[in-house]
Amino acid sequence: MSPTVDPNSLSLRADPQDGVALLEGSNGSVAARYGIPLAVLLELTHRCPLQCPYCSNPVEMERTSNELTTEEWKRVLNELAEIGVLQVHFSGGEPTARKDIVELVRHASELDLYTNLITSAVLLNRDKLEALADAGLAHIQISFQGSEASLADRVGGFRNGHAKKIEVARWARELELPLTVNAVMHRQNLDQLESIIAMAVEMDADRIEVANVQYYGWALKNRAALMPTLDQLDRATDIVENARVRLKGILDIDFVIPDYYADRPKKCMGGWGRQFFNITPAGKVLPCHAAETITDLDFLSVRSNHSIAWIWHNSDAFNRYRGTDWMPEPCQSCAFKEIDFGGCRCQAFALTGRADNTDPACSLSPLHQTIFNTAQTEAESGSKRFIYRNFSGGTLEAEPSDGA
Amino acid sequence: METAPAARRRMAVSLESVPRLARGAKLRLDETRGRWVLLVPERVMAPDDIAVEVLQLCDGEKSVAAMIKILAAKYAAPPERIGADVIEMLQDLADSGFLIEGRKQP
Repeated sequence: MSPTVDPNSLSLRADPQDGVALLEGSNGSVAARYGIPLAVLLELTHRCPLQCPYCSNPVEMERTSNELTTEEWKRVLNELAEIGVLQVHFSGGEPTARKDIVELVRHASELDLYTNLITSAVLLNRDKLEALADAGLAHIQISFQGSEASLADRVGGFRNGHAKKIEVARWARELELPLTVNAVMHRQNLDQLESIIAMAVEMDADRIEVANVQYYGWALKNRAALMPTLDQLDRATDIVENARVRLKGILDIDFVIPDYYADRPKKCMGGWGRQFFNITPAGKVLPCHAAETITDLDFLSVRSNHSIAWIWHNSDAFNRYRGTDWMPEPCQSCAFKEIDFGGCRCQAFALTGRADNTDPACSLSPLHQTIFNTAQTEAESGSKRFIYRNFSGGTLEAEPSDGA
Repeated sequence: METAPAARRRMAVSLESVPRLARGAKLRLDETRGRWVLLVPERVMAPDDIAVEVLQLCDGEKSVAAMIKILAAKYAAPPERIGADVIEMLQDLADSGFLIEGRKQP
């Protein structure tokens, strides 16, 4: 054994996607290429006190009565740990709307699963957060809708939410919980990016995810109110690049640009059925949290008589767009087909009516130019009024209340 | 309540440092894939064998100098040769907030 330490092996930035590739690297077999993902997203509930108009939940939300019970979620966690999942992200809706959230975090921790809570934070109090930390919570991600209350509370459709979030972030630091600020960006808050980054530094966060809205589900309904301008995006990219240099060792910055303005589509989910799945409040196992928008696919549930591993390896929904064999032209002969795996199936379905069409975010899609033009038009002249997310299909904002 | 202000979380690693893993960083054996992993927010890192040994020595009690001495003895290598690599690796982790100064306050 060499007495030197290869720093590259530790400095390697392995997000959930690269992490899989990294571990696959030692074993080139086909089976390993579709090995069980390292991290899984658990959407415990679709209930949420916030009404963000870009929510990634489906427009048809799951009712409380259909949610998995505490015992069912524990069984799911047991199964995930057993098949080799290492990290679980408790999400929603608002995961702390579940009364059993502390119990589920404790159960996961006892199974040696790394637990992450993705939360709006507005339902938390100091005792609840401390109970979560004591239960073994390893990381908390708090969403912020802006850098100041008037806009942030309007976007979330929740009065005094912003102030509450800042308070919870402070408690998280007091409890030594690693803190990530999740900032979902769009036309109406992109100009606050600089101050949102400053806010994250001020609250001593470890990371910030600057994620531009991706347009399906609720966000697609709200596209005209959310789509940024090209100028805004260019400025945002500059701000992030400068901040990354300035804040090295202080704040890690992840940046996701909206793919409408890209030439190449994103490698959505790292490739369909390749390294990600999520479980819905009712227990359906999905290749992507938006996959239910593809209405001609059937998704199996953890309540079926199949194991999660079986669903991952064998179900039709996971195999339909796996790899590259399913691709029509222009994807099939494209040199990038194993780079981006044809982009996003949900976006292809939403914008073209067929999930196997080339994602219009790709410049090779015949629809690319049309969609780009639409986006630009909407960004320049679109309405500011939101359609708020709720269980009744959405409610149009009464009137822009901040005069912005 | 012990807090972890940025200044302590982003420590400058020296021979005198006494590092330990921060709350958000967990070293464990991944039995399914037959290797050790360092779990951190949103990432899974795969340390090589010696990196695992270094991380296991980060217990909040040993100084970096003591860690290097142990490794040098184990691998019959000159400490000055190992030292720079170990410090560089630990500094990378500290820069990401995964390693903190672990010596308990008096």
